[in-house]
Amino acid sequence: MLVLFFLSSGLFLGWSLGANDAASVFGTAVGTRMVRFATAALICSVFVVLGAVAGGAGAAGTLGRLGAIDALGGAFMVACAAALTITAMVRLGRPVSTTQAVVGAIVGWNLFCGRPTDTDALASIVAAWVAGPVLAGLFAVVFYVLIRRAVRRLRPHLLWNDMATRWSLIAVGAFGSYSLGANNIGNVMGVFVPVAPFPGLDLPFGVALDGAQQLFLLGGLSIALGVFTYSRRVMTTVGGDLFKLTPQMALVVVLAQSLVLFLFSSQPLQRALQGAGLPALPLVPVSSTQAVVGAVVGLGLLKGGRGIRLRVLADIAAGWVTTPLIAGAVAFVGLFFMQNVFAVPVQR
Amino acid sequence: MPILLFKRTRALVAQIDEFLDTVGQAALLFERGVADYVAGRQDHFETHYKAIDDAEHRADELRRNIEKQLYRHSLIPEARGDVLGLLETTDDVVNQAKHTLGMFLVERPALLPGMDADWTALGATAARTAEAVVLATRAFFRDPYTVNDHLHKVYFYEKEGDRQAMALKRRIFDTDAELARKMHLRYFVLNVDRISDASEEVADRLAIYTIKRTV
Repeated sequence: MLVLFFLSSGLFLGWSLGANDAASVFGTAVGTRMVRFATAALICSVFVVLGAVAGGAGAAGTLGRLGAIDALGGAFMVACAAALTITAMVRLGRPVSTTQAVVGAIVGWNLFCGRPTDTDALASIVAAWVAGPVLAGLFAVVFYVLIRRAVRRLRPHLLWNDMATRWSLIAVGAFGSYSLGANNIGNVMGVFVPVAPFPGLDLPFGVALDGAQQLFLLGGLSIALGVFTYSRRVMTTVGGDLFKLTPQMALVVVLAQSLVLFLFSSQPLQRALQGAGLPALPLVPVSSTQAVVGAVVGLGLLKGGRGIRLRVLADIAAGWVTTPLIAGAVAFVGLFFMQNVFAVPVQR
Repeated sequence: MPILLFKRTRALVAQIDEFLDTVGQAALLFERGVADYVAGRQDHFETHYKAIDDAEHRADELRRNIEKQLYRHSLIPEARGDVLGLLETTDDVVNQAKHTLGMFLVERPALLPGMDADWTALGATAARTAEAVVLATRAFFRDPYTVNDHLHKVYFYEKEGDRQAMALKRRIFDTDAELARKMHLRYFVLNVDRISDASEEVADRLAIYTIKRTV
């Protein structure tokens, strides 16, 4: 029971991720009524859980390297600080990334406990924050040009085009959900991995889940709960109000975002790149919403750069600094209270 | 499920094609009908009137069914409003063609001698305008980048129709016929030319919708 209480802050982070970030995967499809909410929520939940359990280890491991939190109380406070920062930033209407809040909170734990921060891991994480939206923008431009050329060459009937777009949105949404689960589960449960309280579990059909995978499963389920309970309104808002994109553009945006999340979380891909002697991308949780913004800006630049709101971009860049700072400060103060007021050990 | 969607889409595409075929056919029937009336071939005229009446009913039926399907299955949400508007204005071309032939059938205007070629040419130009707009509409569904290749023909024929209508009205009013007869004939000139105007209305919509689809 106490374990569940300590995990609750991570589960809340998961719920919040499901409610908000899932909207960036299926939002446009649902908002433009290309895909029904029930269909989107079901596919999203299933693939988020799959991604979290099957592919979550890579990005979560990098967070573990940044700060090896070794007490459940410390992990609780780190996740709680990130969750509080996100809630406050959302209330203030500022763009916020779960990753940035979690990273800030981990560094806050390192500072409080006097542990060194792995600067290599921190540098690769911060580089990924910048690279994520930039790559998404580049991918969006390439995909848009390719799709446009294919449509002009194949000349499909408006209705065939509609059907193809609808199914592509579902397929890409499933891929995006898998990548979101694989990449962002680290934010939700990454800090609990070193202190995973669960023993290995053998399931039927020869499936075995280690302690970390059970954590990821729990986190994945909390994301799925967020999708079902709260993402509908966010999806409708994203699809209907913020993005005035055509369904094809929406498809390109989600595809670019999904690929970015996948690149920064796939261990097999990293091994393949390293095996081929190519530079491999670090496995780091990146912000899915900022990847979407990067993709939309890429399309905006392709269309001549009109209508791009520089203020939004400036706010995002500012968030790279302010969000980790605030989360770090909240974690530091929270850990102090946890240790000295509630007498809960936050480190070994 | 995918097979069902595939079949449904194929059926709907076929219905849209049939709707446009029907509009194109109605334009040809209108041209023939006017020519038959001018030549005094009453039997042929009535046959063509019956055929255009059937075409108008079929076009209405297809349009309603397409609209119902688009709404029921939430298809093409981005372009649905445009497509519905397009189908309705295109249907107006058939309605106008039937209405005008019906007026010939009921009111039997007494044409003035020496102007048969002008009436036939006016009817043919109206039909060409409608045919060009059908091609433009078909292109909108299949290849929006080529819509403008057809739209300029619609505008050309519409202008040509206006010029022919004006010339015919002047010829009518230059004769010594009774004013009532002249006014009756002017009314028919206007109604034949209205098919070009209805086609132009479709073309205007298409021009905007195409920009929206190709931006």
